[in-house]
Amino acid sequence: MSVRVYDLAHARAGDKGNTSNISVICYDAKHWDFLERELTPERVAEAFKHVAKGPVRRYPLRNLKAFNFVIENALGGGVTISLAQDIHGKSLSNVMLAIALPNPEARK
Amino acid sequence: MKSQDRLRIGAGAGTSDDRMVPALELAERGDIDYLVFECLAERTVSRENLARSKDAELGYSPSLHARLRMVLPTCIAKGIRIVSNMGAANPLGGARAARREAADLGLGDVPVAVVLGDDVSSIVRHRPELKLIENGEPLESILPKMISANAYLGADVVGEALNTGAPIVLSGRVADPSLFLAPMLHEFGWSYDDLPKIAQGTAAGHLLECTASVTGGCFGWPSKKEVPDLARNGYPFADVKADGSIVIGKTPDTGGRLDVMTCTEQLIYEIHDPTAYITPDCTLDITGIVLTQDRADRVRVEGARAQPRTETYKVNVGYADGYIGEGEVSYGGIDAVARAKWAAEIVKERLKLQGFVYDDFRVDLIGMSSLHDQVEIRPEPYEVRLRLAGRTRDRKAAHAIGFEVRAMHMHGPGGAGGASEPRVRDVLAVKSVLLPRNLVNSQVLVEGTL
Repeated sequence: MSVRVYDLAHARAGDKGNTSNISVICYDAKHWDFLERELTPERVAEAFKHVAKGPVRRYPLRNLKAFNFVIENALGGGVTISLAQDIHGKSLSNVMLAIALPNPEARK
Repeated sequence: MKSQDRLRIGAGAGTSDDRMVPALELAERGDIDYLVFECLAERTVSRENLARSKDAELGYSPSLHARLRMVLPTCIAKGIRIVSNMGAANPLGGARAARREAADLGLGDVPVAVVLGDDVSSIVRHRPELKLIENGEPLESILPKMISANAYLGADVVGEALNTGAPIVLSGRVADPSLFLAPMLHEFGWSYDDLPKIAQGTAAGHLLECTASVTGGCFGWPSKKEVPDLARNGYPFADVKADGSIVIGKTPDTGGRLDVMTCTEQLIYEIHDPTAYITPDCTLDITGIVLTQDRADRVRVEGARAQPRTETYKVNVGYADGYIGEGEVSYGGIDAVARAKWAAEIVKERLKLQGFVYDDFRVDLIGMSSLHDQVEIRPEPYEVRLRLAGRTRDRKAAHAIGFEVRAMHMHGPGGAGGASEPRVRDVLAVKSVLLPRNLVNSQVLVEGTL
């Protein structure tokens, strides 16, 4: 059994140049430690490798029950020159939400 | 310091295409002192500079007319002051247009304070050695194609413009949060040395700068994150006290939702290192911020910290960088995806046969892979829309993409339908440099009589 980021947190993507930042915000603060352990920058980079070259940095925001993931080279060269339909990468938060994490115990 | 110890600042726009009616509702029912319209995306100033090169009176945000026509009678009647970067590439032209709108509305001679000095194109032209933040190359590499260069000015000069007493303040490029911080500096006389207050004001500005993003826009999710009456969502305001305390609220009797969840999403939006969000007014640290639900539709913001403002302004340099061409066509039913993929190969081969080359090229199967790629693992839909797009220096090559995609009606696999007209758009690329503050000469002028 796995749990998706979607089950524990909400997320929103922002853009600056060719960099996407995606917040991951726990519905309940008790899941923050689990996400800190399991939702590593490496795991996020793996999930995004088809749309972003990376690197991926993770910033903890315990005060907001949240993390901020900063994903470089994610927006087709940048908002102003990208050929993508979603030039701002607004939909990329859904790639984050779909990431499956291994520990179902975290839902208790 | 002035006598007023509290004020209410409303957000009337968070982009040039933002919805307008909620701004009027905020002016009518929000009991606000200021209404801020943030209307400049990264490349908007470049686009408006091109408009100005064709007509010297243009170059301000075209939405200025409709926005002012809608809110100005209410704002003038209630004494709500307007602050906006709708001046874009021509703040003086914008001021003249605003004054004409006021006169046409029967509001008489309405003075407009204009913030100038963000246009630093003549300054950076003589500094080709400046390093581009994005790739470390010298500015020289894009100078021949430069269309505009604008510094992100801060709240200080906008505050000076407010000091004139003009009911409307128009600027070109000003950092988004700074537009909201300016009325606080003006009303409360905050000093840049008072970092906790500058930090609180900047955090409030960041929360307001995308309007509906804190009131349930870009947030809702069926049965997971419900947003009541989203169709009638209202715009937000900040209640600010002279001591730096901040509470975010929204127009009464509107739809949407304002709570800790919506505010948290916006607070982290477009932030990289959360200890160092650089604005012209400070380097904001959000890692100590605590958001609490004060009461229904009210969120208190506490604990913002900041380091002093940096010695440089960030300058966006806009430049022409060729063309993007694109075309779309649909396939449905049996083997829809196989036919779409075949069509893509045919178009690519025809473009190659004509000798067209592209700096970047992309094939999307809308319905499968246009947003998150990985076509190989996606289930096949009943119908799919094929999209091809390419970037090139050659306008003909750009046009050929849409032309050849449309030709799939007659010259491709069976059953193609609904092709788009060929589309070509100019690429206005943006890169940035840092410019020492002392090189930028910001100033305030007043159009009309105070």
